[in-house]
Amino acid sequence: MSVTEMFNYIQGFLSADQDVREDIRKVVQTLEQTAREILTVLQSVHQPSGFKEIPSKCAKARELFCTVRTQICSLKTKFPAEQYYRFHEHWRFVLQRLVFLAAFVVYLETETLVIREEVAKILGIEVVREKGFHLDVEDYLAGVLIMASELSRLAVNSVTAGDYTRPLRISNFINELDSGFRLLNLKNDPLRKRYDGLKYDVKKIEEVVYDLSIRGLAKEAETGGDK
Amino acid sequence: MNRREGEGCPRRNADAGQDRDASADPSSPVIAAFKVFQQELDTKHDKYERLVKISRDVTIESKRTIFLLHRVTSVPNAEDILNEADVKLDAVRQKIGQIAEELRGEDIFQFHRAFTAGIQEYVEAVSFLHYIRHRNLISLEEINASLVFMRTEPKGSAEALQPGGQVLTFQVTPSDYLLGVADLTGELMRMCISSVGNGDIDTPFQLSQFLRQIHDGFSYIGNTGPYEVSKKLHTLRQSLGKVEDACYALRVRGSEIPKHMLADVFSSRTTLLDPEEGVV
Repeated sequence: MSVTEMFNYIQGFLSADQDVREDIRKVVQTLEQTAREILTVLQSVHQPSGFKEIPSKCAKARELFCTVRTQICSLKTKFPAEQYYRFHEHWRFVLQRLVFLAAFVVYLETETLVIREEVAKILGIEVVREKGFHLDVEDYLAGVLIMASELSRLAVNSVTAGDYTRPLRISNFINELDSGFRLLNLKNDPLRKRYDGLKYDVKKIEEVVYDLSIRGLAKEAETGGDK
Repeated sequence: MNRREGEGCPRRNADAGQDRDASADPSSPVIAAFKVFQQELDTKHDKYERLVKISRDVTIESKRTIFLLHRVTSVPNAEDILNEADVKLDAVRQKIGQIAEELRGEDIFQFHRAFTAGIQEYVEAVSFLHYIRHRNLISLEEINASLVFMRTEPKGSAEALQPGGQVLTFQVTPSDYLLGVADLTGELMRMCISSVGNGDIDTPFQLSQFLRQIHDGFSYIGNTGPYEVSKKLHTLRQSLGKVEDACYALRVRGSEIPKHMLADVFSSRTTLLDPEEGVV
């Protein structure tokens, strides 16, 4: 094979590769759009009036996740299933956002941490790599960390809205999450960087809880809640 | 311990203890889930580290092979050196076999970053050897064809049972191939200069022609390739310039200077050129 032929062959490969990337980018853009819509719906829980509407907002968000599922379905058709990691960078960001949104919805509904299988079900994807388009464990964890900072914001705003019990529940939840993350041996990668931010969220929520308990506001909540 | 604290001041400490228990409770679903994640991440990181280690070995051995091949110009019988290089590269291939073994059942691109440097260096070494032997560019298929491994099963009988399942291949990606070839041009430039130093008049002209072909190929690909390619294109231009200058000098002065003095002319050239050349 001559040099020119060889380079022709490689060039053909490279442009095919570029076409695939182009297709993926288009679908990812629509996914990002839907993710933003869901976020907008969920943002209203920070409004004082929004606390009563949590169930309806969650229902609306869940409807939008149907769109996400069809969009991810079309994303799956854009590239060979076994080359997931080759193009991973293209959807990594949006997938983490979607995990965050799914986890947030589930938290608002049940106040528990969404399990990975559940997120995968909401997004219409797999957990195990062998079965096709899957949810990488690092992306799942990153999404959960985004949720942690959203919850610290929610704790502050729920006090403003006069809901004094919620910060305590959030505090318990975040503490549990924190001890979970402590179990992981993270490398010096983006996930680790994000995890380093978790302690500030924990601190902020603890401050809110402190403020409440020093004023006796937490006590009535406590007697009303757990006791 | 919590209970004893609780006796002193019943209400408060009991609460605090409960909180702490909840956060470290090994039976809580969150902690249980994170234990699974811990294992999964550790397994992945371990594999990655192992691959990095193998890749470094591949890089070092390939580099040594390249140094060995540079001696070809200064020794009378090149064949011995080429055979020695073959033996070295076989050892490198065994290492790549280990990479293939690690990657079995995995997505090759998930760990690609761990071993891409080693593979590029291997491509450089193997294509350099191929050029010295055959004076043309090794193709991607030829490289991949030599990276087929028979799995060494601890028991000999297992091999006989499943002949199909024992074959392991490693596929060099086109972009790794391309980057390896780009590195090759730097070696060819060095070979050109040193062959001039040895009074070899033909090799520089062959090399300049070959380099020009590769340069044309890279220009054809342009910026459709990965980002690193365009970076290497710049270095490639420099190498080509040096080789073309050398040929020019040979053509112009070759008729004037007696052959035995050519070495002196170019040894002063090479010292001028060397510092510019990056680490290859």
